[in-house]
Amino acid sequence: MSARTRPLSPHLGVYRWQIGNTLSILHRITGVALGVGLLALSFWLVSLAGGEESYRTTARLFASPIGLVCLFGWTFSFLYHLFNGIRHLCWDVGLGFERTARHASGWFAVLAALCATLATWALLWQGGRL
Amino acid sequence: MSLRSPLGRVLGAGSAKDGTGHWWAQRVSAVALIPLTLWFFWSLLLLPALDYTTVHTWLSVPLSAFLAVLLVAVTAYHSYLGTNVVVEDYVHAHAAKLFLMLLLRFLYVLCGGAGIFAILRIALSP
Repeated sequence: MSARTRPLSPHLGVYRWQIGNTLSILHRITGVALGVGLLALSFWLVSLAGGEESYRTTARLFASPIGLVCLFGWTFSFLYHLFNGIRHLCWDVGLGFERTARHASGWFAVLAALCATLATWALLWQGGRL
Repeated sequence: MSLRSPLGRVLGAGSAKDGTGHWWAQRVSAVALIPLTLWFFWSLLLLPALDYTTVHTWLSVPLSAFLAVLLVAVTAYHSYLGTNVVVEDYVHAHAAKLFLMLLLRFLYVLCGGAGIFAILRIALSP
């Protein structure tokens, strides 16, 4: 069947990396990461319902180095997906399509997500909740 | 034999057959998730500690439990829609695509169901 040999997406090799497609792919990656985060959230909730012992075990798991890296990643993923998602919703109603607006909102989404992530963790750190 | 005209059969049906319904569901759930996720994020940040008693007490409040149930349900739905598109876009072998999409559906119902059941147990336990 000749249809099988057609070039299929993603043909990442033919595109020059620029802010538009980079942020679009980052939106997908963070979205998939948040899907895994939902699994962790449910796991956390189930352990919370299971009583003090199981909650403490889960909390220890999240406080391990790998757990903290994951939580940090999920914080950034959530905030970036949120800001960039709002950007997408603006496009859906026809706002911000011009090149300058597109680039500005893109950089804003990345920087706002980074700043908010750092602020969140600074707040957690300061409160001694880590 | 179908009495529908060839044009009628293809109108509104792209290669995926039902694009607009999926598109709308994705946007509407996205809008709903803005306040829900921000509420959850803020609430956890504002808790004085993240130990068992504090978190359990917080989630026992009816409003917290209600919003948390909505959060898990809408997140599972939104995430299911999104990851489905990822599979549609990047998995080209028909059998693998079908298998992954069914697997995702089961996983999300399982994961969302477990999360919601856990919240209800916390909220409804004496």
